[in-house]
Amino acid sequence: MTNSKTKVEGLSSTSRRGFLRATATAAGGLLVSLYLNKHTTAQEGVKPSQLPPPPKKDFPPDAFVRVTPDNKVVIQVNRLEFGQGVHTALPLILADELDADWSQVVAELAPAADVYKDPLFGIQMVGGSGSIAHSFQQYRELGAKTRAMLVAAAAARWNVAPDKCRTEASVVRGPAGQSLKYGELAAEAARQPVPATVRLKEPSEFKLIGKQVKRLDSRAKCDGSLKFGLDLDLPGMLVAVVARPPVFGAKVKSFDDGEARKVEGVREVFEIPVTRGGTGVAVVADKYWTAKRARDLLRIEWDETSVAREDSTKLFEQYRQLARTAGLSAAARGDAKAIERVAPADLFVAEYEFPYLSHSPMEPLNTTVRFDGDAAEVWAGSQFQTFDHAAVAEVLSLKPERVTFHTEMAGGGFGRRAVPDSHVQREAASIAKRFKGTPVKLVWSREDDVRGGYYRPMHVHRVEIGVGPDGLPNAWRHVVVGQSILADTPFAMMMKDGVDSSTVEGVNDTHYWVPNFAVSVHHPKVNVPVLWWRSVGHTHSAFVMETLIEELAMRAKVDPLAYRRRLIKPEPEAKKLLAALDLMDEKSAAWRNSLPKGHAVGFACHESFGTGVACAAEVSIRNNRPWIHRVTVAVNCGLAVNPLTVESQFQAGVSFGLSQLMAGGRVTLKDGRVEQRNFDRYVPPYMPDAPVTVDVHIVPSAEAPTGCGEPPVPVLSPAVVNALSKLTGKRYRTLPLVEV
Amino acid sequence: MAKYQLNVNGERREVSVDPSTPLLWVLREDLKMTGTKFGCGVSACGACTVHVAGVATRSCVLPVALLGERPVVTIEAMANDPVGRAVQDAWVERDVVQCGYCQSGQIMSAVALLKQTPKPSDVNIDESLGGNLCRCATYVRIREAVHLAAQKLK
Repeated sequence: MTNSKTKVEGLSSTSRRGFLRATATAAGGLLVSLYLNKHTTAQEGVKPSQLPPPPKKDFPPDAFVRVTPDNKVVIQVNRLEFGQGVHTALPLILADELDADWSQVVAELAPAADVYKDPLFGIQMVGGSGSIAHSFQQYRELGAKTRAMLVAAAAARWNVAPDKCRTEASVVRGPAGQSLKYGELAAEAARQPVPATVRLKEPSEFKLIGKQVKRLDSRAKCDGSLKFGLDLDLPGMLVAVVARPPVFGAKVKSFDDGEARKVEGVREVFEIPVTRGGTGVAVVADKYWTAKRARDLLRIEWDETSVAREDSTKLFEQYRQLARTAGLSAAARGDAKAIERVAPADLFVAEYEFPYLSHSPMEPLNTTVRFDGDAAEVWAGSQFQTFDHAAVAEVLSLKPERVTFHTEMAGGGFGRRAVPDSHVQREAASIAKRFKGTPVKLVWSREDDVRGGYYRPMHVHRVEIGVGPDGLPNAWRHVVVGQSILADTPFAMMMKDGVDSSTVEGVNDTHYWVPNFAVSVHHPKVNVPVLWWRSVGHTHSAFVMETLIEELAMRAKVDPLAYRRRLIKPEPEAKKLLAALDLMDEKSAAWRNSLPKGHAVGFACHESFGTGVACAAEVSIRNNRPWIHRVTVAVNCGLAVNPLTVESQFQAGVSFGLSQLMAGGRVTLKDGRVEQRNFDRYVPPYMPDAPVTVDVHIVPSAEAPTGCGEPPVPVLSPAVVNALSKLTGKRYRTLPLVEV
Repeated sequence: MAKYQLNVNGERREVSVDPSTPLLWVLREDLKMTGTKFGCGVSACGACTVHVAGVATRSCVLPVALLGERPVVTIEAMANDPVGRAVQDAWVERDVVQCGYCQSGQIMSAVALLKQTPKPSDVNIDESLGGNLCRCATYVRIREAVHLAAQKLK
């Protein structure tokens, strides 16, 4: 997916997918826009007369960087910020090549527009831990070209050659000691041609990239001033909540809103379509509390006759049966029948069960829409702007260009805001359509969220392993059962031969080498909407692989790290994982060789999204729960663009992965109804559940950057369980970890 | 609807709301102070933590009718409070926040802790902040920042 083998170098560049254009702003600044051209690709160096008409406004939705006369550099972030740090990392990349004064840089979240689409995915989105991996080169080029234009403007004013000028901290300096601030040059720079190619910095010249740079959004997130989507307050705004069916896809048969309408402040109560062909009842009021009280007073009769009422216990039974049969092939090498010839004493069989998991980001889901008849405006913390924008336009029967879509800062997401069917935005648009000219904010309560579906799918893994005389596996048959996330979405074309690779990733592409290896998958259809959950298939596949590997090492009486090194392929693609394993080994050696009594160490290593990760966890048992004293993590993510963000993503992200170990870390269904409602029964990790300390070590690398959002998540659960197994002698193959 | 006189961050405020309205929604929707966050509505996540008469309190389950004369202090007042400012500075210094949505509540809990226990142990921190959910799980850095603020307040 990424160009991880490409070294970061000071390449000369051209803009591949569009061309830049510079314009003067109304206030005399410089505005650098990237234009996509649908008809031709080689647009560099076109004559001014061939350029599209200039933008009408100071802020058209195609600009990436704006230099203002007062020396501010305003940089548009082409994707959602919801904790991962892209609102700091992308501006710092651009600012480095621009030689901008970092203290004068302002970051803004870009609205929905073609120009902000992910350069690889082709839609505007966050996913696949690709924000930096995909936009690193793009933001460097934008910065370098803007810098070249500012230099050209200064050189013209001083009548010197541009290559005699230097730049630093938003100032151009000339050969005779002249200097001009970027802000003073902005208007003239806007009249300079955008260079077709430009020299990018050598890594040794970086001033921000690779340095520890603090987040730009910290202070506003600490003093309460930052506005998330839910904090939006527009004049005359109404608030909506929806009573959704108790079973996915069920419909309203009839409802009595007599009591609800008596609540002072209620404006309207009406039926709307909701996900999976179901319907619900929307309550619109002046305020949230009013709407919620009125919703509690609705009397609704539901029609559940045409929908399946799922039951977790029964589903697990079905899944276990399916796992005993071969599914669609997801990987095969060597002799597929070798496993059937393994002597019983050498055969090792393990079955694992994983429940549905809710993402439950801290900021409840919400979207605000104002429908003006022939146009609309939307405010949403959207991870998939392209889809959500189109969905609102479709519901309102408007052309997308008549819908302005603002990206709001979001309070977490973990995948929950990347929804191919845009069901939240569709609900919001359906409601706003009734209130022409009035903004309506749709709010999901926490109960709506926990019971609302779109979970990490439940899975069963069945693994049969034949162990050779050297203690290493020589035959491996692995069946995974789990709903496809891609099926029935616009991404379904990414499935190959019916296989959704996100169900088996981390197994079918494992770096462990087994000569006779077969992975197959079943994708049952279940009436529960599912979704990517931070690190997706790796959440369960790493748990299976890393607990099995440690168990095999113990059977073979080999040190678990030595065992892993023997089993990891010698191929170059395993290089990143091995380097992480070596660094973790080195950095954890001192503490793990002097463990207190009652403490044990567990290991895990796993590569996902191009990033190799290894971790060691020191664990004891307290109150029948794992107590995680210390974790050492080593990361190989290529060039660490902002090592401070990499460190904090890993320090925290490993604990996000503990969600699946929590005793209350599951969503279950009975008679089609979700049994959990809120954080009182669906219980994510709190501070006492998390490690006391996590030290993060980054493998030095000049390779192109790879993701850091998802790769922290898979490793800690298996490492903790491996340590627990040493302490108790038990194996833990059913999650969550209800008891130790 | 009923009228209530509130003391919020040292100012007298009057609101006219249903008596069942939780303090959280009075702050957010009537007083337009959105620094206090809605996370769960059942006192299970701590995102709505404010100080009521100096005590860290979940504002999502406190009906405004039960508030009485007790003064309310929110995240918006922390920059002007010596302990609050030290905690915010420590949070920024340690680059604690990720999505940041829970951090108003974390900071309000940390400030209440430090006002009672100027040199908290890890156990004190677990006890005082153990009910504040951070879905990004920034707990390691939150703990470091509490210790850092305690040091700076010496």
